[in-house]
Amino acid sequence: MTYAFRAEGLTKRFGTTQALDSIELAAEHGTVLGVLGPNGAGKTTAVRILATLLQADSGRAQVNGYDVTRDAAKVRRSIGLTGQYASVDEDLTGTQNLVLIGQLLNLRSAAARARAAELLEWFDLTDAAGRMAKTYSGGMRRRLDLAASLVGRPAVVFLDEPTTGLDPAKREDMWGVVRQLVDDGSTVLLTTQYLDEADALADEISVIDHGRVIAHDTPDGLKRVIGGQRIRVRPSDLGRLDEVRAILGQIAGASPEESARHQLTVPVDDESALAATVDRLTESGISVTELSFHLPSLDEVFMSLTGRPTETTKEAA
Amino acid sequence: MTATAVHPTESTQPTSRAGELTDEGSTLRHAIALAKRSLIKTWRTPEALVDVTLQPVIFILMFTYIFGGAIAGGSQHEYLQFLLPGVLGQTVAMAGIALGVNLNTDIEKGVFDRFRSLPISRSAPLVGAVLADVVRYLILFVMCLGTGLIVGFHVGTNPLAVLAALGISVAFALCFCWISVWVGMIARTSGAVQGIMFLLVLPLSFVSNAFVPTATMPSWLAQVADVNPISHLVGTVRGLMVGGPVASNLLWTLGWMAVLLLVFVPLALRAYRRRA
Repeated sequence: MTYAFRAEGLTKRFGTTQALDSIELAAEHGTVLGVLGPNGAGKTTAVRILATLLQADSGRAQVNGYDVTRDAAKVRRSIGLTGQYASVDEDLTGTQNLVLIGQLLNLRSAAARARAAELLEWFDLTDAAGRMAKTYSGGMRRRLDLAASLVGRPAVVFLDEPTTGLDPAKREDMWGVVRQLVDDGSTVLLTTQYLDEADALADEISVIDHGRVIAHDTPDGLKRVIGGQRIRVRPSDLGRLDEVRAILGQIAGASPEESARHQLTVPVDDESALAATVDRLTESGISVTELSFHLPSLDEVFMSLTGRPTETTKEAA
Repeated sequence: MTATAVHPTESTQPTSRAGELTDEGSTLRHAIALAKRSLIKTWRTPEALVDVTLQPVIFILMFTYIFGGAIAGGSQHEYLQFLLPGVLGQTVAMAGIALGVNLNTDIEKGVFDRFRSLPISRSAPLVGAVLADVVRYLILFVMCLGTGLIVGFHVGTNPLAVLAALGISVAFALCFCWISVWVGMIARTSGAVQGIMFLLVLPLSFVSNAFVPTATMPSWLAQVADVNPISHLVGTVRGLMVGGPVASNLLWTLGWMAVLLLVFVPLALRAYRRRA
């Protein structure tokens, strides 16, 4: 089997922090690997090693058939990198940013301009092309950053938390771009803190924690392990929490857990459970401050997989 | 955050896709593209040029009119003749500080991560930034000389010698600024770059012949001042613009330039590679 990228037993230590602890990541050509994990799990460190920005302490990694250490230059010809924080040049316009990258990729001036215009069009930035990037909104900046990583038509694209901090509509836009990339034949490594994002985009998901993979599966396979959709309810009258608990228990056939204070969450099998919940709550005259139907949050995924919540307070690696 | 292994050398495999240039001479081409980027940034933030525009003007005026009377036996004009090459030497050293500060900021913002993920020579972003600084040093020289001429500086040689002074000043600046590039790579914050560089440049420019003849210093200090690269640059420029012998100072200056390059370019490149 040929992989578009493959990391085997990568380890990396920063001082006393074991950022990567023998991590394994791989994706076949034309697929999306979702790397799901909390801050500090090692997502960014793994991406930086695959993108030749950082050397691993041990282990091997290949991208597009090239070793990231021995053939770093060839790897760099094959990749596009979009960092967790937009790394466009704020004092340059959208066009100038992209033309510069084109020139650095040995495009002739005319070709660099044409490619820049094409990408600006694709990312809906044509109107803002002549404005300095510092005047862009967060979403526009992310799009420009992503465009910059695609100038060279890379075979492998690394997207490090491309939607963190974006509002839901902008996230959907970004998802559309990722799907388009894959349709065009690119392979994508996407790191994220959201299961719904990995579920929407990835062919396979690696859940990582403390620099190691703790679960690897297809989205469906993973959901079989951690449960699919959940219903979460927070009654406005906290005295009726036990009644809510009983209702949810009957509908789901499992006992709800108190995922936060006065908030009950229970996994359900299908969408009809939501209507049933609404009906039962209405019948009983229980008003709620929160009622949601969602895929498990990262915390819930980790609770299912490791039996403990994430440690999101740790410094991002 | 250091990586211990050495990066492999860049591939020289030619590319042949339509609209693409070959790798031939690509490092210089990339450096020029990156220099253009720095110049665009400078153009957009003209206030970042204070250190090469207002600063030399203020230094020349302050030193001439405040210290001039006391230092050169009462003749401000005579002191100006002595001072102008000195201020040039000092401001050349100070003007390099901004480079390290800017590079540090770029790295902090993640702009350099993008460059490092591209198939370009690792030195191109640094060389590009240094090349762009040429424009700043040209402005600096013109401001120094212009201000001097307005307040009564008299060129004692000829235009060709003044051009030579310009050439050696800019060339020296391009070598000296690699100290700032290196500090920009190793310091944690841009503020620290500024602090460290001031701590280096201020004593270096004052313990020299820039403002007073070194003969007036205690002998141990004079000895330090006499080997100081800034003293030799200032001595060379004095010879070229005011008159007097040039050869010895020029040789010393060229020697110092070589040493600065040999020491700080490799240090800066290594620090850049290791910075993760």
